[in-house]
Amino acid sequence: MTGRAVAPATATGLAVVVIALLLLPQVATDFFVQFVMTRVLMLGVVAATIVFLAKLGGMISLGQLLSFGIAGFMYGNASLSEGARGLNLGWNPYASIAFALAVATVVALLLGALASRTEGIYFLMLTLVYGVIGYFVFSQIVTISGPGGVTRIGAPSLFASPLRLYHAGVVLSALTYLGFKLLGRTNFGLALQGVRDDPVRMASLGFNVPLHRTLAFGLGGFVAGLAGLLNVWWNGQIDPASVNIGPTLDVLIIAVVGGISYFEGAWLGALVFVAANTYLRALPLVDRIGITEDRFNTLIGALVLLIMVLNPEGLTGLVDRARRVRRPRPAEPAAAAVASQPSVQSALPAQPARTAGTGDSSPANETKGTVL
Amino acid sequence: MSTEGEQEAGSIGTAAPAAAPSVRRKPAVLALWVGLALVAVWILFLSRGTPAGPAIAQPGKFLVTVLDGVTFAGLLFVVASGFTLIFGLMRTVNMAHGSLFLLAGFIAIRIQQAMVGKTRNIGAEDVTILDWVVPLLAGAAIAALVGVVVQQVFLRWNQGQELRQALITLAISVILADQMLREFGGLALTMVWPGEVTHFIEIFGQRYATSRFFMLGVALVVGLLLWLWLARTRMGMVIRAGVDDEEMVRALGINISLVFAITFFVGAFLAGMGGAMGASFAGVATGADGQWLLHSLVVVIIGGMGSLKGAVAGSLMYGMVIAFSPAYLPSQYTFYAVIITFVLLALVLAVRPYGLFGRAA
Repeated sequence: MTGRAVAPATATGLAVVVIALLLLPQVATDFFVQFVMTRVLMLGVVAATIVFLAKLGGMISLGQLLSFGIAGFMYGNASLSEGARGLNLGWNPYASIAFALAVATVVALLLGALASRTEGIYFLMLTLVYGVIGYFVFSQIVTISGPGGVTRIGAPSLFASPLRLYHAGVVLSALTYLGFKLLGRTNFGLALQGVRDDPVRMASLGFNVPLHRTLAFGLGGFVAGLAGLLNVWWNGQIDPASVNIGPTLDVLIIAVVGGISYFEGAWLGALVFVAANTYLRALPLVDRIGITEDRFNTLIGALVLLIMVLNPEGLTGLVDRARRVRRPRPAEPAAAAVASQPSVQSALPAQPARTAGTGDSSPANETKGTVL
Repeated sequence: MSTEGEQEAGSIGTAAPAAAPSVRRKPAVLALWVGLALVAVWILFLSRGTPAGPAIAQPGKFLVTVLDGVTFAGLLFVVASGFTLIFGLMRTVNMAHGSLFLLAGFIAIRIQQAMVGKTRNIGAEDVTILDWVVPLLAGAAIAALVGVVVQQVFLRWNQGQELRQALITLAISVILADQMLREFGGLALTMVWPGEVTHFIEIFGQRYATSRFFMLGVALVVGLLLWLWLARTRMGMVIRAGVDDEEMVRALGINISLVFAITFFVGAFLAGMGGAMGASFAGVATGADGQWLLHSLVVVIIGGMGSLKGAVAGSLMYGMVIAFSPAYLPSQYTFYAVIITFVLLALVLAVRPYGLFGRAA
């Protein structure tokens, strides 16, 4: 393990992207920066938590938008003093931030603990149920929200202007990206990948498998909560419909479109999603073939279907593959040594579905280190 | 789709030791029973100030709540059994199950409107039993055909890649939802029960709709047929064998691909039947697909994926919780009813991570 924590190329690339993003407001329109890109960055962070749980922990979570929403609702409840709905606690904005993040994290830890003994498809379904129940909690319990949501939520003075929010989004995205990348190399990150690849073996080695999963889910909830705060400041309000099953699936779609085993893919997917959502209606001729903005979901569904059928590694996977073809056999000793990137090779192998239950840990497990 | 033998094997041999402790956790089980006893005491004696009132004082309300729970459980079972049937054999989580429910509901409504000859203000007296059964079967058959096409085109060649299949069906559900919104609009539509079953009876002074009993009857017939099919026919035997060891079944020269297609047909048919029944029971609208996917998921997570017994148990428990929590929570707190669903889920998962009758994949 003498390799650097982050490959120099990655660090340079990240620095270039961050600088470009910070300079973007100089060249692009306000609409593009404040409406399109801020959303891309926020959704990218949420999608990145999905990628984190999937890539390092082998858990496909549909509960991330719930944490995003919880943070928003809790901030609104805590910071407002005379809103139309909610608890109206009237706290200092920074106390409200701490409160919102604490609630989002604690709820994620509890839900994670409950789901920590399931894996694979069960985990996916259980977290989907979390998301939908969360929607009903906020839409039915009128003391904290009710169907109309919490409105007229102001941002703390530090984040009051749209441009500040954009910058906060850039910083949060960079930290999230870097943090998750670095986490993969820590003891916790390595153990988490061990849990992903072979929970039985890790348990025999004395690792607490459910605890690792729970902590990872809690961390995912915390980061998603950070994005949720930005979202509620950006939006000025939050309603239960924004955490309903549709948006919940949208976030997973973003992660899948971008490539669920690539952190970069989270933001790429978000860019594609938001750009399609924003600009599709402006394209000429699109409505002639029956695809108007109203049919946006059909288009996005078809896109996901196409990606899942053709290349489950998503757009980033396509780029990665193209790069490999052009530059065969790239030297990647560090990655191979740490074995932290097996998922790059194949995101969706045929799992040894039923035979795995017989208890023999087949050698296939060595290469099984994958997300899906 | 569990048989006794499979249960034994499931709890002894195949459970992963780390993820699913096969030893029952005594304190958790004890806590569960104590909790249930407290709930029973609350419902029987203490629940003053709730919409229903203590069962001792208001036996009629209690009985009606039980009937509500059981009859709704019937509908839950029809839908969830299709979901669990598909999962049990193929390990495919059909995220489009709710979409098939909604599709069949809409189509059945259209067919019923065509058969009755009017599109609005259809009264129960206009609808004969045939005007209900034919739309039900036609809607379910169309849902089943859509299901089979999806299975043949998108799921047949990636068998065993559970999460890829889940995402593919998810994408299909997004497309179907959008296209149904285009075709049928966003307003709630209702199918009409046949006049023969639309009456009210008196139970301890409470009026009760007989159509709910009819719905339960249909569900019981479906359950019985499903059980006969799985337990008493050669095809059912093959399916049960396929659940336990697909490779072995294949090696014995059985055309498992055909069995897969038939199972998917039946599973989607059940979703469709549920859709037509649900459209008669409470109407259907955009969003019902997600809701019924949730219902199916909750039922099978409680009961255990792939287990028919589990679907029965899960439907009953979930149906009871849905019926009882708004009736027996204090009146000013009835909106917390949704939390009770979650508590049920959490309790079951704390004791059995793979559901009551489930086993680790």
